[in-house]
Amino acid sequence: MKLSSFLLKRLLHSIFVIFGLSIMIFIIARVVPGDPARLALGPRAPEEVVQRLRQEMYLDKPLPEQYFYWIKGVLSGDFGRSLFTKRAVSEDIKESFSATMELVIFAGILMVIFAVLLGILAARYKDAWVDNLIRTLSYFGVAIPAFVAAIIFMLLFGCYWPILPVLGRLSPGISLPTKITGLLTLDSLIEGNFVAFWDAFKHLILPSVALSLGPLFQEARIARSSMVENMRKDFLFAERGYGISERVIMFKYLLKPSLIPMVSVMGLDLSALFSAAFLVEMIFNWPGISRYGTNVMLHKDLNGISAVTIVLGAVFVVVNVIVDIIVAFLDPRIRLGTNQGI
Amino acid sequence: MRNSNQPNNSIAISLVRPKSIFWHNLGKNWYKFSRNPLSMIGLVIVLVIIISAIFAPWITPYPEHAGPFVDFESAGQPPSLQHLCGTDNIGRDIFSRIIFAFRGALIMAVVVLALAVPLGVLLGLIAGQLQNTWIDIVIMRITDVFLGIPSLILALAIAVVLKPTLMNAMIAISVTWWAWYTRLVYGMASSIRNEYFVIAADLIGASKFHILFREILPNCLSPVFTKIALDVGWVILIGAALGFLGLGAQPPTPALGQMVSDGANNITFWWMTVFPALAIVLAIMSFNLMGDGLRDMLEIRME
Repeated sequence: MKLSSFLLKRLLHSIFVIFGLSIMIFIIARVVPGDPARLALGPRAPEEVVQRLRQEMYLDKPLPEQYFYWIKGVLSGDFGRSLFTKRAVSEDIKESFSATMELVIFAGILMVIFAVLLGILAARYKDAWVDNLIRTLSYFGVAIPAFVAAIIFMLLFGCYWPILPVLGRLSPGISLPTKITGLLTLDSLIEGNFVAFWDAFKHLILPSVALSLGPLFQEARIARSSMVENMRKDFLFAERGYGISERVIMFKYLLKPSLIPMVSVMGLDLSALFSAAFLVEMIFNWPGISRYGTNVMLHKDLNGISAVTIVLGAVFVVVNVIVDIIVAFLDPRIRLGTNQGI
Repeated sequence: MRNSNQPNNSIAISLVRPKSIFWHNLGKNWYKFSRNPLSMIGLVIVLVIIISAIFAPWITPYPEHAGPFVDFESAGQPPSLQHLCGTDNIGRDIFSRIIFAFRGALIMAVVVLALAVPLGVLLGLIAGQLQNTWIDIVIMRITDVFLGIPSLILALAIAVVLKPTLMNAMIAISVTWWAWYTRLVYGMASSIRNEYFVIAADLIGASKFHILFREILPNCLSPVFTKIALDVGWVILIGAALGFLGLGAQPPTPALGQMVSDGANNITFWWMTVFPALAIVLAIMSFNLMGDGLRDMLEIRME
């Protein structure tokens, strides 16, 4: 299969998945609750107000028609009004999305760098104490849920050893950089405001470490095992036979093919970051879409719930498509279309 | 995603269904499993957790502390010999509550998997058998949609729309969980259906039902069991996350996530947070270790 047709197929598939997701979320937010208007306004709201909201939400129409109106709004970026913040949901999401992106991107960078590093170390010193230490750590690390790590950090750094800030994105009193990308660290760097950069950076550390801890060790394990597996391959013996130095073999010939399984799991791990962010953002009071998501969920704000789930679902699908493309570029068997198995 | 014990490209053609490798050489498998110290550690911790959860009312020092119990005189005591993990802000023994919380977590894992696994396996089998028909397409596209969103987010969305009870939390998690098994079994079933023993059974006129459940299903079971062992830990994780947000078992019933969140609200009593957190990590880790051991033993490649 050619790369272009592979990508096209992948793209069509993801559009279909997002469409399916929208139906599922519509069912969760509009059909399962019974009467969303009543749920939104609470049991004590007068009947005529509820009736008006029902008409506004097209709840008096048959279900397919309701879905049509709803998806029309969603496609034009209109998710309705949030009953929790009393503002348009799309505004809330636009405002909070960049905070989550900053956190997830930073956590993703941490994850990749440390996973590759630990993976290389463990594979290089296979069965020595370094390897055993990293493997033991990773069994422990994989089992630490992000919210547990976040709570422990909160306890440690918020209460007993206050060297890093534990709440929010910026200390009070530090001026916000002008909004360019929405990522505070990047914006303040562009502005040349190093005080704000350093402060924003310090605020990023704990939440992103808490987020990336689990996926990091999982990726490190995959990196190690695929490197160890590739070490036994014939092409390495050939390269050794040519007299290529160990270092060049390690980084040029061994690392690249070993990264492929890591990258293909990374799609799942990146989305794990998004979902783990749900609790981590709440704990660190990080004003992102996931904290917003938890808030609207706990307040049963159906417009908010459907918007957050569909936006995150779409992000998840897009991330996975991007990861597939990266894998396709890394793996010549896919890029050159010689593998019939895809 | 196939068992290396089965004929793959071998020249010898077997027309007889291979015996399920899990039960076939139990002794040999146990030897392989027990050779790995990490798997054994995992198994021992899992057994300790399960046994202590079952016998919680008899082995915990203060079984009445799992219910509505208040003793302000002994509130907020640090860990000691009387209270191994200290007491919480209303004087309940945290160690006893953790053991009782394991009960809830294990029940949750069992119920979720008991709902999700049969459904997922059945759909995967059917879709794998009826490949390239509209049934296959419908089932697998729905599966893709369910896998298209992280389980935690979907489970949260469903759990909040329903009432906050333990049963609803379990239903919410099950709804997100079956699809993984469908995909796993689908992949296996669609390769096994081309094996000669299946074709042979088809030729001598075996019914679809027989082929599905007597020929194909037994050969899918080892990876399914391995995934179940691994998933117990992950269900406990999602359950704890829901409990942390106040969804799931309601107080005073102890739940691990809810205990961590209580601890976060009483940050001066560090033991209120640390021990339930450790309990979550321990549970997830031990099931992971055991599941990894099973996977190595059966030589399964899951991903």
